[in-house]
Amino acid sequence: MLLKVLFVSFPFFLQPILGSASDHLGTSFIHFNFKDFLEVISLANYNTRLVILSTSILGIASGSIGSFLLLRKRSLIGDAISHACLPGIGIAFLIMTALGNTGKFLPGLLLGASISGFVGVLVVMAIRNTTKLKDDAAMGIVLSIFFGLGVALLRIITEIPGASAAGLESFIYGKTASIVLYDFWLISLVAILVTVASFILLKEWTLLCFDSGYAATQGWPVYALDLSLLVGITLVTVIGLQSVGLILIIAFLIIPPSAARFWTENLKKMLIISSVLGGLSGWVGATMSALFQNLPAGAVIVLVATTIFIFSMLFGTSRGLLIRFIKHTKLNRKIGRDHLMHSSYEVLEEMAMHENRMINNQKIKRSRLLQRRSWMDTELKSLIHTSKKNGLIERYTDEYILLGEAGFAEAARTTRNHRLWEMYLIEYAEVAPTNVDRGADLVEHVLGADIVRMLESKMKTSPYMYIPNPHSESEGLS
Amino acid sequence: MTAAVPAPLPKSKILNPQSAALHIQDLTVAYHSKPVLWDVDLSIPEAKLVGIVGPNGAGKSTLIKACLNLLPKTSGAVQVFGKSYEEQRSMIGYVPQRESVDWDFPVSALEVVAMGLYGKIGWFRSVKSRHKKLAKEALDRVGIADLADRQISQLSGGQQQRVFLARALAQDTRVYFMDEPFAAVDAATERAIIELLKEFKSLGKTCFVVHHDLATVSQYFDWTVLLNMRIVKSGPTEEVFTRENLSKTYGGKLTILEEASNALRITH
Repeated sequence: MLLKVLFVSFPFFLQPILGSASDHLGTSFIHFNFKDFLEVISLANYNTRLVILSTSILGIASGSIGSFLLLRKRSLIGDAISHACLPGIGIAFLIMTALGNTGKFLPGLLLGASISGFVGVLVVMAIRNTTKLKDDAAMGIVLSIFFGLGVALLRIITEIPGASAAGLESFIYGKTASIVLYDFWLISLVAILVTVASFILLKEWTLLCFDSGYAATQGWPVYALDLSLLVGITLVTVIGLQSVGLILIIAFLIIPPSAARFWTENLKKMLIISSVLGGLSGWVGATMSALFQNLPAGAVIVLVATTIFIFSMLFGTSRGLLIRFIKHTKLNRKIGRDHLMHSSYEVLEEMAMHENRMINNQKIKRSRLLQRRSWMDTELKSLIHTSKKNGLIERYTDEYILLGEAGFAEAARTTRNHRLWEMYLIEYAEVAPTNVDRGADLVEHVLGADIVRMLESKMKTSPYMYIPNPHSESEGLS
Repeated sequence: MTAAVPAPLPKSKILNPQSAALHIQDLTVAYHSKPVLWDVDLSIPEAKLVGIVGPNGAGKSTLIKACLNLLPKTSGAVQVFGKSYEEQRSMIGYVPQRESVDWDFPVSALEVVAMGLYGKIGWFRSVKSRHKKLAKEALDRVGIADLADRQISQLSGGQQQRVFLARALAQDTRVYFMDEPFAAVDAATERAIIELLKEFKSLGKTCFVVHHDLATVSQYFDWTVLLNMRIVKSGPTEEVFTRENLSKTYGGKLTILEEASNALRITH
């Protein structure tokens, strides 16, 4: 739901922000007026339309394939690939110039970039497979060597007399304004190809990312699947060079899926959300960069993506900080309530044992409850208050509480569960099931009826009297 | 003692490689020039529950990974029912160590189990409702059908292990290699696994199980492989699982020896 609101209203959020920005900044830095704004937003301008559409489509592609990169835990290889593209651009330029062309033929440059980017991937894999160096070292080595090589090559090219190399360095930071119709078709074609591949290979890449060893035993060509994923990443990187630039394209690959992860626990949904967030970042980022001519598109896109990421991190419905805080608070409250019930029962039990009679529901002195746990007085008060509201406590004064009928049953149940768990941990000390709500989950459900029966017999249960405490019987008396 | 004592085997343990479920010859595996397994020879008949036992670092996981071609062999050959692993791959299932995957992965228990069917589903096709039904049945057989839609990080360790077993079950193969399925699981899971293993055996399937708990070896397995970089002994558990062989396997590791003697006292 939140997501929907975000999508629908995002461009409208921008309107007042942009408006006020222009008021403050005047025209000294940014050329902005409402007419321009409308023109950009409505995609009336042909050039703007090309730029915005191609960055959006790029965002969709990088968002989808980036999800797998993230899940494969290879996020940084995207960075290695993009940096490894640079020497390819230089070499392609040199070759095309030598052949008598302008040297700035974009598909040629991008082909060069793809080839050297892919060589970079192969070198990373070779380093990993033949030495004891780990992934991160291999990627760092490839990234810096190829980038250094690329920078040196571009420098050499600009020194060559007659070769008009101006503009090649725009691949480093990106320059959306240079996109023409032909580029748009190229970008769209590759982006659609990669996006479709992410959905067609959903099953295969999921298996690869989750459990590559198991995938291999089923006969899946793990190495080829890995390569296909990296080829997809290389393609997205290459078509993003022009608009986002090689330094920041990694953000386009990692941030949308990372943000999407906060909204869902389902991979397919994550893929879709990530694509949408990527597309949205591209759209809004390119729009803003078109509005403020002095802002580089790559950087603006990353900033927009970051905003979306922060929003997702805070408000994501599945793993966002807010929802986790709420769950945690709820759990704390439940544990507090369990402790209150458990302690009340133990006090009633002591009273019954002391008077040598069966346990029954009676008034419980608050002071005795307070002794049993390291409760703050106010904490206990608020616990009692909420339990009254929930109907577990029938009435209370400053000195006494009296459990209701439901409360007494609940107290007995909680105590039994706690003790069974304790007994279980004593009997099977080495391992306990994690993630089990010991107070409330039915013990039988987790441990099985046999074990519970056995534990109960160990506790020498006399259900009419009291629930024995596994620690010792004297402890209950003291 | 378990009631199901296997039929006595011929004294000569060298089985015909054609009839052996698993036949390993001269297997040596090395990591970065440091050998982990030395000249392993093994021949294990069909329809056995085989416990692979040995101290830490003995190469137990390495042995099954080498059998599954997940690790390069320095030398030697592995045959499953008389043919190479590649030829027999479709009849071999694998249950990796639980720690080998990221349980924070955005999939549900059911989706993981359905992965067992990916091989049958084949390239590019999606998981259909009949596959989901099969996966659900497998989850039901390990007793956690009600957790099918939970994201896997919300499962306890034992439940995660059961998901892995359900995945192997769904794959429905003739031979299984399991890497420490009993490691760090709760008692209910342990029982679920052992029941499943017994069922596999009754169906004529063969399971190779890396196991670390000496106390339960004779209870769970009818065939035992004692391993410590080389094969110390392999054979029917009641013949092989002796104090003498254990001390050969575990060497001077006293605490473990003590544990072993306790285990023997309990089971014999």
